[in-house]
Amino acid sequence: MFEVRIHGRGGQGVVTAAELLAAAAFAEGRSAQAFPSFGSERTGAPVVAFCRIAERPIRLREPILRPDAVIVQDATLLRQTDVLAGLADGGLVLVNSTRAEAELGLSDHGGRVIVVPASRLAREYLGRPLPNAALLGGFAALCGLISLESVTAAIRARFPGPVAEANTAAAAAAYDLVRAHRKERARA
Amino acid sequence: MTQHVRFYQTGSFAVGNRLLPAEARTVQSDPTRANSLTSGHRACRGCGEALGARYVLDAAMRATGGRLVTVNATGCLEVFSTPYPESSWRVPWLHSLFGNAPAVASGVAAALKARGRTDIRVLGQGGDGGTVDIGFGALSGMFERGDDVLFVCYDNQGYMNTGVQRSGATPPAARTSTTQAVGPAPGNVFGQGKSAPLIAMAHEIPYVATATIADLHDLESKVERAMGLHGARYLHVLVPCPLGWGSDAAQTVRIARLAVQSGLFPVFEAERGAVSAVSPIRHRVLVEEYLRPQARFRHLFEPERRADVIDGLQAIADRNIRRFGLLPGEQT
Amino acid sequence: MLSQIEGSRAVAETVGHCRPQVICAYPISPQTHIVEALSALVKSGRLTACEFVNVESEFAAMSVAIGASAAGARAYTATASQGLLYMAEALYNASGLGLPIVMTVANRAIGAPINIWNDHSDAMSQRDSGWIQLYAEDNQAAADLHVLAFRLAEELSTPVMVCMDGFVLTHAVEAVDVPSQAAVDRFLPAFQPRQVLDPDAPLTIGAMVGPEAFTEVRYLAHTNQLRALARLPELADQFAATFHRDLDALVSPYRCDDASTVVVALGSVLGTLKDTVDGMRTAGMPIGVLGLTAFRPFPAAAIKTAIGAAKRIVVLERAFAAGAGGIVSADLAPVLPADRELYTVVAGLGGRPVTRDSLRETLAAAFAGRLAPLTFLDLDERLLRAAEEVPS
Repeated sequence: MFEVRIHGRGGQGVVTAAELLAAAAFAEGRSAQAFPSFGSERTGAPVVAFCRIAERPIRLREPILRPDAVIVQDATLLRQTDVLAGLADGGLVLVNSTRAEAELGLSDHGGRVIVVPASRLAREYLGRPLPNAALLGGFAALCGLISLESVTAAIRARFPGPVAEANTAAAAAAYDLVRAHRKERARA
Repeated sequence: MTQHVRFYQTGSFAVGNRLLPAEARTVQSDPTRANSLTSGHRACRGCGEALGARYVLDAAMRATGGRLVTVNATGCLEVFSTPYPESSWRVPWLHSLFGNAPAVASGVAAALKARGRTDIRVLGQGGDGGTVDIGFGALSGMFERGDDVLFVCYDNQGYMNTGVQRSGATPPAARTSTTQAVGPAPGNVFGQGKSAPLIAMAHEIPYVATATIADLHDLESKVERAMGLHGARYLHVLVPCPLGWGSDAAQTVRIARLAVQSGLFPVFEAERGAVSAVSPIRHRVLVEEYLRPQARFRHLFEPERRADVIDGLQAIADRNIRRFGLLPGEQT
Repeated sequence: MLSQIEGSRAVAETVGHCRPQVICAYPISPQTHIVEALSALVKSGRLTACEFVNVESEFAAMSVAIGASAAGARAYTATASQGLLYMAEALYNASGLGLPIVMTVANRAIGAPINIWNDHSDAMSQRDSGWIQLYAEDNQAAADLHVLAFRLAEELSTPVMVCMDGFVLTHAVEAVDVPSQAAVDRFLPAFQPRQVLDPDAPLTIGAMVGPEAFTEVRYLAHTNQLRALARLPELADQFAATFHRDLDALVSPYRCDDASTVVVALGSVLGTLKDTVDGMRTAGMPIGVLGLTAFRPFPAAAIKTAIGAAKRIVVLERAFAAGAGGIVSADLAPVLPADRELYTVVAGLGGRPVTRDSLRETLAAAFAGRLAPLTFLDLDERLLRAAEEVPS
């Protein structure tokens, strides 16, 4: 079972991101479970959503306490909450930011950290800073658990035509960025 | 052989109905009427509510061609009409709870609509407690949604079923078992209470009317008028309660008439939030004439006359007369 | 066909396939997504011959359902928590009148303190309301139980509530095979009311009954509920034949056969319990799980059979009776043979997560004979001490 925890702020589409990730995994024939942190948080408040992906039916209902990956939709949360709590050694961290990981204070973290400017990409492709599609594209490139095609299909199933296309374009751009980043790292 | 009855032998109050053309006579004059609330029920003698309900239901039955379903709030009417295993109702009749009759009636209307049975009409009914107090939220909801229900409140100005406690429709100074005739300001408090018909009008529903059992022809015609319309409609009927009001059981109709003639109970119709017709007062009486025959106001006359309180009630009547234009000859 | 779908939406689609004729709703978290989806089904014309009534309170929601059901319509509503309490008077009325209303309860705690998260305090508070109560373990069960509920309710002319854990199930997106319209139509015949308000055959419904017959009315309500104990497994078999998947209608035993310890629970915590028990089995502890789908009527015989020779019964409760203890435990105690040990573990109140770690620790303590008869899982002693400090 692969467990992903997504941190963001109310209004950023945190729950939607978890659901899209689950939908992408489901499309690939896996079992997937997405659920929010069940809060009554208002716009702008820190929000958490969860996604489990497994080869067998998922019965577990506890919140994700030891994630295999963490997606951070808003880098300002790094200073506010322990978004990396319970993350396994070697766990994946995907952060939405235009700043370098050292600047974000993530360089000495044991996990594998990748920073992707998802909001900037979203603004570029959607005209609005909604980072989740781009982050999911980046996530597909980062962990290889789900394909970009599945993410794209999940986005298309969720949103109407033009919005879906803008989002899939943002996802693809982020996917390419992360792939390039990883290759660069592999060479270094 | 046919005996011919002379005009004067019929009595002055009975004359009208018999001289009217057949189609204008009261529903109750028709031997084939529905008898929706049939005889044998357990209402007190002189019960205004039983009288009112019989006229309302039969008129509604005639207006709908017998295609009527009734919902009843908890209260005297429900208790005296349906002691298991007996029922006085000859119409489909549902009693659920005290505070939910308007909502239950809405549910019946929704079901009939969903089932394509819009030929069947819905009438909800309850006392003043079930209507203006505990059922008021449900009533307002029914009004604002415009559900196809006529809701009838039989207002006897208190919780008579449970032993004459004060309701939001109890008039000022009236003695009830929770507003006793003791202390410096005996009876119910001035400045409290509400007018359900005026609040109903604020919902801008198609039809709101008041009536009393003193003018049964008027009551029937208002029911007929209401059943000719669709959407949420409200009829507020004053029904004296000999037990709760401490009045002679034989005087129920007369007391209802005095309530109208004094101006304390304005009789009017309203459409979409605006008063469209009022029943003018023909023989105006002072409120004292209405108050005296009722033991619930006895403390206003014994051991000494409380002119201050009676004047206060007269002021309410005078305000009603001005507000609704109940004395057309008088410019105010 | 399996689809990845939110629990609330799966339930709404399923309820829609049950062809309700009147749906009334008053919003309350976490029930909202269900009624929102149903309102869209009606508004868009996908669900026809159905009236959706937006009411002013839960009391009105149940009252509209009562009127609709008595007028011959298949009636549905949904609520949670305070809303269930606000309609409490009408709940007893619906069951007393024998009206086969089906209601979803998106289980949530009751305030004060106000708390929107999941536990079973709401439904448990209405355990004596005369409603049949069925609890869903996952969203597939939540959807399927609604189809079963309409069939059972209408056969017995009694109302049924389907309880699904608020947020944990209502807001979880997972794979559900939403019962198809065609299959539901095969399983669920059109509503034939036992009593109906009809001008052609006027009935008085809701008459006053005095001491001479009231006991008998209640006795008959009891025997009618007990009929559900026999009928539920039969309907579950029919359900399996129609929908090609199993549905546990009374109880669901898991690895109970050779268990010396059996954990009894209701609702979504069963999944986490099963994962926990698997781990403990691997560690050599013979432990099983018994899920209760039916809580009212109480499936005493089925429980007794499922428990078998297990000598230790741990009831995991998502609600409790202050001043007394476990609610399910109290029902279970008289069912157990005298030589069995009964433990109550109160867990997951007001949305506190019930984790495998805590369950494993507590169940291991039970195994070792170290568990108190009444335990509160993960009780935070620091908070208790803080509450005792008098502010200066």
